[in-house]
Amino acid sequence: MKYIKQVLGGDLRQYTMVVALGLLILIFNVISDGRMLTSSNFQNLLSGNAYVLVLALGMLMVIVIGQIDLSVGSVAGFAGMVMALVAKNYNVPWWVAVLIALAIGILAGAWHGFFLSQLGIPGFITTLGGMMIFRGGVIWISRSISVPAPEELKWFGAGYLPEWGPSFTGMNNSTLVLGLIGIVCFAVGQIRKYNRSKNSPVGETPLWAVVTRIALMTVLIGYFTYLFGSGRVGTSFPVPGLILLLLTIIYHIITQRTKFGRHVYAVGGNKAAAALSGVNVKRTYFLTMMNMSFLAAVAGILFVGRSTAAGPADGTSWEMDAIASVFIGGAAVSGGVGTILATIVGGMVMAVLNNGLMLMGVGADKTQVIKGFVLLAAVAFDVYNKKNGKSSIIGRIFSK
Amino acid sequence: MERNSYILQMQGITKEFPGVRALDDVNLNVHTGSIHAICGENGAGKSTLMKVLSGVYPYGTYDGKIIYMGQEMKFKNIKESEHAGIAIIHQELTMIPELSITENIFMGNEITHKGLINWAEERAKTSEILKKVGLTINPDTLIKHLGVGQQQLVEIAKALSKNVKLLILDEPTSALNEADSANLLELMKGLRDKGITCIMISHKLNEIAEVSDAVTVIRDGHTVESYDVEAGKVDEDQIIKSMVGRSIENRYPEHEPKIGDIIFEVKNWCIEDPEVAGRMVCKNSSFNVRAGEIVGFAGLMGAGRTELMRSIFGKNYGIYRGGSIKIKGREVTLNSVEQAIKNGIAYVPEDRKNLGLNLLDSIRKTVVSADLDKITKGGLLSPDMEQSAAEEYRKSLKIKTSSIDVGVTTLSGGNQQKVVLSKWMFTEPDILILDEPTRGIDVGAKYEIYKLIHQLADQGKAVILVSSELPELLGMADRIYTIFEGTITGEMMSYEANQESLMKKMTITSNS
Repeated sequence: MKYIKQVLGGDLRQYTMVVALGLLILIFNVISDGRMLTSSNFQNLLSGNAYVLVLALGMLMVIVIGQIDLSVGSVAGFAGMVMALVAKNYNVPWWVAVLIALAIGILAGAWHGFFLSQLGIPGFITTLGGMMIFRGGVIWISRSISVPAPEELKWFGAGYLPEWGPSFTGMNNSTLVLGLIGIVCFAVGQIRKYNRSKNSPVGETPLWAVVTRIALMTVLIGYFTYLFGSGRVGTSFPVPGLILLLLTIIYHIITQRTKFGRHVYAVGGNKAAAALSGVNVKRTYFLTMMNMSFLAAVAGILFVGRSTAAGPADGTSWEMDAIASVFIGGAAVSGGVGTILATIVGGMVMAVLNNGLMLMGVGADKTQVIKGFVLLAAVAFDVYNKKNGKSSIIGRIFSK
Repeated sequence: MERNSYILQMQGITKEFPGVRALDDVNLNVHTGSIHAICGENGAGKSTLMKVLSGVYPYGTYDGKIIYMGQEMKFKNIKESEHAGIAIIHQELTMIPELSITENIFMGNEITHKGLINWAEERAKTSEILKKVGLTINPDTLIKHLGVGQQQLVEIAKALSKNVKLLILDEPTSALNEADSANLLELMKGLRDKGITCIMISHKLNEIAEVSDAVTVIRDGHTVESYDVEAGKVDEDQIIKSMVGRSIENRYPEHEPKIGDIIFEVKNWCIEDPEVAGRMVCKNSSFNVRAGEIVGFAGLMGAGRTELMRSIFGKNYGIYRGGSIKIKGREVTLNSVEQAIKNGIAYVPEDRKNLGLNLLDSIRKTVVSADLDKITKGGLLSPDMEQSAAEEYRKSLKIKTSSIDVGVTTLSGGNQQKVVLSKWMFTEPDILILDEPTRGIDVGAKYEIYKLIHQLADQGKAVILVSSELPELLGMADRIYTIFEGTITGEMMSYEANQESLMKKMTITSNS
């Protein structure tokens, strides 16, 4: 046990949800006779859930400041619809339409942010209004009809990385390179951390633990690289997955390593103390809400790309999936606690549940019921642990 | 009703909290049909005593006897004491603003008929009770539409509706203007004449002198003095003496001040209460601080010390109604806390847990939190710089912890305060405002914090020390301002001041 602790670094409870995710994947794989862990299934799983996870990234920050955003599904649908309409009716290049969609996201967020930060109307109300306004807006401008999207967008929503180079690797070489980059980055990060720990008064992390850690991660990344890269020719790690990966890294850095990120946690943890430490609380509220709707637009674009058309019902109840992901990831309802990486794990739990139950032939109705119970169980477990004076289970995963 | 019999006798009340003896063998005897004043400094034990009496601290958690109307009482909760006819009117009003006077008065005691509220009867009874406290307003008026003074009267009316025999008023006039205060005192006299006994806790000695029949002074959890007086002939100086009468022991480190030029100057500062329109929390306050000087601010709770400091700190409190700030001779406008920090001001708030710290944070994140720019390299926060900063303060301030990565909640009060001080020292301020920096900290840690304050002053910083403890101010400050009801009432060099002279200026006495 002590050795496992040293490898994982500290509190094992943090990894509960990661372990749960791993077990879930393995169990579903057994039950579905190996249909879970196949290239095509995982490619689908990732591109089919990337948009919800993108929403969850923004939602995490919204929940950390102690607010909630109910409008994200509507905003995503609205931005996607405007993009499709602009591209179809005004004959502009696809990328102009994308920029317009993103701008709409930013404006919608500024709208919500204004009411929250300047007038002090709680985010729940502000975005409940936004939810209706933008949902109505989508139906209005589309006249309730689906609008085909530019062909080029398909690459963003469901595309694959290019094939190139030698074929003796037996897999998609873009995916291979991606996997190698991942392994190298992790290893370099660990070694730098190890060097830093030499000066730490807590004591140096044993070298063997660092090596084991790197080895374990290499096997894990290596396996998924193989899984994604060895599918049917022409497939690879999906493009929406790559976009999600990049956004995850960017938002991980924003929340953990920037002044703005610190302010988000400070405002959520203790608003009055934050204000007395020079944090502009209103500005933090405004930017967080604006960022959320910007990411909603990104999610809308990914979804339209994947389904090749913008529909009037796009985005319906996405906010619920995004909020569930954040809470399964251990964020606190009262704000101040939660991380991007844990949120991604929470979102993946939801995605794997959806996918696995579908593979087992369970209907959408029962899937919904099961997801509801999982959400309650995860949060109840978290609350129970906190009440007993233990730190959040995975709320602080990888933080520091 | 006979004047000489006791309605209440509290005998040998002792109440301990972990590590502190808040009350030590306190005796209180209150005559039936009198107004009995209880005086004492902040933290002397007055409120604890009242909580023992009203059952907030149930029987068994304290030692001693409560004899009320000739019987020994063993209250388990407030309900029981209320039932016996004891009511407390708290400093903070406890009514529900969105409900009407009637609803508030009968809250929890609704008059019902077959499960439905009998509004007609409740309303009629309310009008009747309101008349007793001299209010002639519609009982359907919502509480939020009443002034503070009227709310207080409704609060008293509510107590009367429950057939109260002993009414306890905790700082009843602290939030009232003069006319309302006078009105309230008149009402108290009227109630006394109707046989209702009042216990009044107050800092306002002139008011005590005006109405009380007996005075008990509590200091450091002991009854110091208790005697009958004749209303209008109370010796205020004697009360002050017994309130503070303790010698300053050698609890403060030696220090030779190196005082330079004036670097911080506030002129005619005026701030309005954000919640009560028209009530000025600071009235034309002017003061200055020199480099290397420790300037104390003495004032009782609610005098407006904290409000003054927070409004200076980037208008963090209240509505600005005029005044100017000069730092090193240059006039500055500070509209946000961020600007205040940039201009070299730091403010350590009195309420450590609610205002000073984010309790979810670790030590390392807290130390750097007021100046993140200092650890930013290429747009990103540097964990290395953060770590070395936190480690540096951990060592220099001797913060007792296993690691800087642990949460601040794991620390003791003294160590938490050191973390808060680190946070502000990290911003390298020129002007350091410390609001009750040693509250809730044990003696040893206090001494360390005092030494730290001296070090900061020796570095040429202007230090403002706000404190409720007069010995602390006399032991630490070079110069002391006194403040009462938002007005700076005096300025003294600390070598010429003593507790009595300060206390005189912190309370309003009729002969001043």
